[in-house]
Amino acid sequence: MKSLLSIIVLGLSAPALAADVTNFELENGMDVVVIEDHRAPVVVHTVWYKVGAADEVAGKSGIAHFLEHLMFKGTDTLDAGELSATVTRNGGSDNAFTSWDYTAYYQRVAADRLPLMMEMEADRMRGLQMTEDDVATERNIVLEERNQRTDSDPSALFREQMRAAQFLNHPYGTPIIGWRHEIEQLNRDDAFAFYRQYYAPNNAILVVAGDVDPQEVKALAETHYGPIEPTVDLPERMRPTEPPQLVERRMTMIDPQVSQPYMTRSYLATERNPGDQSEAAALEVLASLLGGDGATSYLGRKLMFDDPKAIFVSAFYNGASLDIGSFGLVIAPVPGVSLEDAEIAVDDAIETFLSEGVDLEQFERLKTQLRASRIYQLDNVESLARRYGAELTIGLSIDDVQSWPDALEAVTPDDVMKAAQRVFDKSNSVTGFLLPDETSQEAGE
Amino acid sequence: MRQIFKPILGAALLCASLVNPAVAMNEVQEVTSDSGITAWLVEDHTIPFTALELRFRGGTSLDREGKRGEINLMMATLEEGAGDLDAQGFAKARDSLAAGFTFDSYADSVSVSAKFLTENRDEAMALLRTALLEPRFDETAVDRVRGQVESIIQSNMTSPNDIASKALNAQAFGDHPYGTSSNGTFETVASLTPDDMRTAHKRALVKDRLYVAAVGDITGSELAILLDKLLGDLPEGGPDLPEQITPNLQGGINVIPFDTPQSVVMFGHSGIPRDDPNFIPAYIANEILGGTRESRLMQEVREKRGLTYGIGAYLVPYDHSEVVLGQFSSSNSVVRESIDVVQQEWARLAREGVSAAELEAAQTYLTGAYALRFDGNAPIASILVGMQMTGLERDYILHRNDLINAVTVDEINAVIQDLYKPDELTFFVVGQPEGLKSE
Repeated sequence: MKSLLSIIVLGLSAPALAADVTNFELENGMDVVVIEDHRAPVVVHTVWYKVGAADEVAGKSGIAHFLEHLMFKGTDTLDAGELSATVTRNGGSDNAFTSWDYTAYYQRVAADRLPLMMEMEADRMRGLQMTEDDVATERNIVLEERNQRTDSDPSALFREQMRAAQFLNHPYGTPIIGWRHEIEQLNRDDAFAFYRQYYAPNNAILVVAGDVDPQEVKALAETHYGPIEPTVDLPERMRPTEPPQLVERRMTMIDPQVSQPYMTRSYLATERNPGDQSEAAALEVLASLLGGDGATSYLGRKLMFDDPKAIFVSAFYNGASLDIGSFGLVIAPVPGVSLEDAEIAVDDAIETFLSEGVDLEQFERLKTQLRASRIYQLDNVESLARRYGAELTIGLSIDDVQSWPDALEAVTPDDVMKAAQRVFDKSNSVTGFLLPDETSQEAGE
Repeated sequence: MRQIFKPILGAALLCASLVNPAVAMNEVQEVTSDSGITAWLVEDHTIPFTALELRFRGGTSLDREGKRGEINLMMATLEEGAGDLDAQGFAKARDSLAAGFTFDSYADSVSVSAKFLTENRDEAMALLRTALLEPRFDETAVDRVRGQVESIIQSNMTSPNDIASKALNAQAFGDHPYGTSSNGTFETVASLTPDDMRTAHKRALVKDRLYVAAVGDITGSELAILLDKLLGDLPEGGPDLPEQITPNLQGGINVIPFDTPQSVVMFGHSGIPRDDPNFIPAYIANEILGGTRESRLMQEVREKRGLTYGIGAYLVPYDHSEVVLGQFSSSNSVVRESIDVVQQEWARLAREGVSAAELEAAQTYLTGAYALRFDGNAPIASILVGMQMTGLERDYILHRNDLINAVTVDEINAVIQDLYKPDELTFFVVGQPEGLKSE
């Protein structure tokens, strides 16, 4: 196996394996990224606005996401629903998504339909129209969405409560879809106010990926997006920041719909920053080493194999954000092990890890996988497009996006341990227990 | 810009020409190994890795009496130790090669999906071979995975979606394997032994029910050699497949009380076999009724009335039965109205059929969207294996859009008459629906 490793190291260092990426800026301030993949006559056309749920004003939670829904209504030239219907008629699929830091619209379609997609997307950047009826119906749909994805799912409610406890002051503590009582009050004026303020070419990034020529994309973008006036005096994205956390926070949630209890802990952690991703890279590697694969990760080995207390154990790092990120641990214990004991077992394992240091063999395997992922990711140009869009909207540069794999590969065992020492500070954490309601056990079959 | 918008839109619609999938017929090779294993191959040397998809017909329907869940557990334990390696040793070896193996089980098949780098292909395949031919099924490994399956069984008991599908399948298929969850029950899973795993392994992974596709950086001759090494020593044949069954869905509404703010609704009745000559018109009809965002159900239940976040209908052709199914969630206060709308739409479809304009729009969408499925080595390998299992020829990829376009309004409406039966549409509602009782 050893000799094999060295082959991989040599083989994968070939520089020809990077995706073909071109970027430029339109005169009105709109950034454009083109990722070429000529294997199939397909294109992914995405527009990313540098605005998300964390940019909402207090009391209007959910407006970024609600507006995303309303963007499918109509414009001066398109009837309500006509954009999606046109994409569908052209054999494409379209969708949109809202995060705390961005709102994105996407179409996947035959490459020769790109001009039509651009035309329609450019049209709704400024020309949105909607009736009071549209707004009322769509608000009900969003409430049903919240019902389906959050209110009917104890795990989702639990995550929402965990975040709210993690962020005392930063809007990352507010759910993207919004609090129910605030969604119920959102109206047409709120949506238009948000739209007018933030939907502009100089607040947007166009990412086109697939069977396209960058020069043609440039010409098309100039035709369709070029004439749109920029918004002057776009405000800086300054959100309220967290005060120092002085004490760990804990919560226990009980729900009759829960069957498998679990414990999760989340620590505030450094996020990826422009020009400085080394700490974030170390945290990403730390998460993989601790909880990446059940059979080989440190926590998996300790808690699922050596002393089997867990059915599932994992570690995760959320570092792709404009403001502060988080590092998390989760353990679902085997029957007969309480969450209290599971938590102690995780804490003991972390303490042992901090004193033992990184297993160098495991570290080498992870590095091999990181290098291989450069090859595998070339097979999915759509996810590459998503990476560019999401990372550029959180303030990273093209260079930051492209050098992230290098940053990961440059991480040393020493970097990992230093990052671990910094992040595992309980006074910077929220710990949650999610439990079934033992008093109302289901009758079984 | 606004003035030119409409004409451009119109022009685009007029010339909505078809994009052919990148995978043309002459690019799908058929490769046969020395020992007679056949595979479909698309060579693409752009990226130095290969996706390999193996499927074995049979799947969890081959579970023996009283051993429900054995094939699911067996597939989930395949990579938990093989040959000289225990579970952790196997995972380390796989990670050292940066290969990926996924083992899955379905009602009518089990699958193995692998991706591996060109530079260590032989080592990766040698490792995968041990999982397929020399799995250890160590007691500790079986117990560990059994615990994971039991946790899933437990969770499904309090999940409205799983409660609804369990009730629907039980009603539709009774004692047939399709009638129960392939995870098994607490009782059956608790009784499974490592010996059961060995038996299930021999029954499920057999050569004469094997289908193979490979896509990526590999030649036909390389693949032929690989196939014999990887699969040549599998047993030849397996046990009888289950009997054909007609789903018992005769109409009515079944309410299963569950404390949740939103009811989950599943509905269905008998369907159409995949090899029926009318499958393509039926597929288009379903697309119009419940396929995309533009479908009748999405428009009527979501867009016009705001009663749900999403609703869809699906043709589900099993190997030994067939159903039409649909699903949505609505607040308890409006779920009754949603069901009314679904019933009305079902009746309207059966009564009036679809219009020429609807058919044309669906044809344009389906033919355009087809090419978009072929996006990456693994998805293409999966499509190619699916085609083989359905009995399609390699050139189907080229003809498929012609088949869609050839369907006329009269044809599709004749098929709709046979397929959609409003009186037989049976609903399963899990929640606290207001004003709705089982009937």
